[in-house]
Amino acid sequence: MRNLIILFLIFIIPSKALGLIEVDITRGNLNPLPIAVSPLSIDDESKKNFEKTLKKKDIGSEISKVIEKNLKTSGLFNPLDKNAFLQAPDIAHLKPRFEDWNLIKAQALITGKVKNVDDKLRVEFRLWDVLAGKEMMALAFTTVPNNWRRVGHIITDKVYERLTGEKGYFDTRIIYVAEEGPKTKRIKKLAIMDQDGANNKFLTLGNELVLTPRFNPTSQMVTYLSYFRNLPRVYLLDIETGIQEVVGDFPGMTFAPRFSPDGKKIIMSFAKDGNSDIYTMDLENRIVEKITNHPSIDTSPSYSPDGKFICFNSDRSGYQQIYVMKSDGSNVKRISFGNGLYGTPVWSPRGDLIAFTKLHKGKFYIGVMRTDGSGERLLTENFYQEAPSWSPNGRVLIFYRETKTNDKGEGFSAKLWSIDLTGYNERLVDTPTDASDPSWSSLLSN
Amino acid sequence: MKKLVIRNIDQGALMKLNKILKNTFLVLFACLVLSACATSKKSTGQMQGDVYTGTDTVEYLASGVPDRVFFATNESVLTTASRETLRKQAAWLRKNSDITIVLEGHADERGTREYNLALGERRANAAKDYLMTYGISSNRISVLSYGKERPVDSGSNPLAWSKNRRSVTVKAN
Repeated sequence: MRNLIILFLIFIIPSKALGLIEVDITRGNLNPLPIAVSPLSIDDESKKNFEKTLKKKDIGSEISKVIEKNLKTSGLFNPLDKNAFLQAPDIAHLKPRFEDWNLIKAQALITGKVKNVDDKLRVEFRLWDVLAGKEMMALAFTTVPNNWRRVGHIITDKVYERLTGEKGYFDTRIIYVAEEGPKTKRIKKLAIMDQDGANNKFLTLGNELVLTPRFNPTSQMVTYLSYFRNLPRVYLLDIETGIQEVVGDFPGMTFAPRFSPDGKKIIMSFAKDGNSDIYTMDLENRIVEKITNHPSIDTSPSYSPDGKFICFNSDRSGYQQIYVMKSDGSNVKRISFGNGLYGTPVWSPRGDLIAFTKLHKGKFYIGVMRTDGSGERLLTENFYQEAPSWSPNGRVLIFYRETKTNDKGEGFSAKLWSIDLTGYNERLVDTPTDASDPSWSSLLSN
Repeated sequence: MKKLVIRNIDQGALMKLNKILKNTFLVLFACLVLSACATSKKSTGQMQGDVYTGTDTVEYLASGVPDRVFFATNESVLTTASRETLRKQAAWLRKNSDITIVLEGHADERGTREYNLALGERRANAAKDYLMTYGISSNRISVLSYGKERPVDSGSNPLAWSKNRRSVTVKAN
C-alpha cells in the first residue's frame, strides 16, 4: 500500500499529465474537467425491447444524458458536445482511439453498453483517462428496466468518487414542500423527487399545512410538521407505504423535527406557555426526554454525525444565536458571535462544519462555520433564503429562496437552490411548482 | 429582567416622541385618505416604532372590541395599545361566558420558519397571559401558532410586516 502511494506521488510531482487525472473539489473549480460521455451503445434487439417497456427510443443514449446532466450540475466537469465525437459508441467502449478524444480536448471518457438480459437491464461502463491512455474503472449493473435513471446516477457516483476521491451524491432524493397559491393562503404539499428533479411525486394532497420534512439518514422514513386538524404536530411518514403517525403525545405544538444519525430518535421542539424547549423521542421504546430547559426559545436542533453533540438555535442571549451542547443537554456553549442573527444550524455529515442562515442588515445569508464557531464563511446573500440541507457527502448545500414582492404583493416566488461549499456553482433546482424546506436523502445505494 | 428595563425606557421615549408627532400623523393620514394617490408614504402614519397602529386589517369580535394586537420585530411584549385591546376582549369574554377562543400567533416573513413558529406561540401566549390576569380562565383559551405561514398582507415592506406580526383572537365556538 505504502509503495503504491509513493509511486503515485512520484508520478504526480514531475508532471501532472503522467499521473491519472483527478479533480480537486476543495476549492472553487473554475476549470471544470472536460469529459466526454459517449452514448451507451445498445444492440438493436435490446433497443426494441426497451422501447416497448420504457417508451424511450434509445435507452443507452438516455442514460448517458442523465450522467451528463449530473456531471455538469456538479460544476466540476464540463461534458463535451456529442456532435464532436469521432468514434462510434460501441467501438469506443471496446478500445477508445485516444488520439480522437484528445483532439476534442477530452481528458476523461465514459463509455458503456446496454443489453436486455431476461427482461432485465444490464449496463456496463468504463471510465478512461484520455491523456494517460488508460482504463480507470469498469463496472456492470443488472436491474429492473424502470431503474434506468438510477443506473445513470450510480454511474455518476462511481465516476465522481474515482476522480475526486470522495463519495458522490447523485443517487439521492430530495424531499421538500411544494407551494401554490397566493402568499396569504398558500397551499403546501409534501413532495419528493430525484436529486436531478426527475420523478417528482406529491405525497400529501394539500388539505393541511405541512412544513419542514426531513429524511431519516438510514431509511426511507420522513419526519415533518403537519397542521392536521389545526394541531401542529411532528409526524412520521413511511414514504414506501404511505403510513403516517403522530410523534409522541405532547399537549401543544411540536415542530422543527430531525432524526438522530442512527435514525432511532427524533429530536424536535415542543412549545408550551410561550416557551420552546428541545426534546427527543426514541422511536423504539417511545421514551421522551427533555434536552434543554430554558425560558428562551430553543429550536432547530441538529445532531453531529457521531450523535454526541447537538447544535441548536436559541434566543437566550436576547437574539437568535447558534449553540452547541452534548447530546444529553449538558455543556451548552454559544458558538455564533458575528454581527446579526443566526438560525437553522445543520451539522455537516462530515462532522467538521455547521451550515446556518444569517440575517444581517436586512439581508439573508447561507453560511458555514466550524463547530466551535470559528472560520465563519458566508456563501450566498439574498433578500430571503434559509434552511440549508447538506448533500450526503457534505460538499453541496440545498436551501430555499423567496423573492421580494412589490407593494401590491405581486411577484412572490419560492424556489430551491444549491451551492457548493466553496461558494461557487450556485444553481436553481428545477421543481414543477414553487418549493421550500428541502431535505437531502442519504445515498440510496452504497 | 435586564432586557425588560431597557425596553421600558425605549418605549417611554417612543411615547413622548409619538405625542409630539401624533397630530402631524393624523393630519398626514387624513391627507392620504383624501388624496388616495400617494401610496409610498402610507407607512408613516400607521406605525409607532415598528409596531402597527393602523386599523386596515383589524376585525371586530363585537362592537368596539378589536380582534388583534401587534408586535415589534422579534418581540412578544404587549404595547399599551395592545393591553387596551386585550382588556376590551376580556370584558367582552366575561360578559359572554360561553364563548371559547383561539389565540393565533403570527410572525412576519423576515425570520427563519422554525424560529417564527416559536415566536408566534410566544406572542399568542403573551396575549393569553394578559387575558388570564383579567379573569379569563385558561380552559377557555387555546393557542395556535402559524409562524410566518399566514400573513394578512403579502407585501415585502415594513408596513406589511408590521401588520403580520400579530396575535388574533378568534371565536372557537
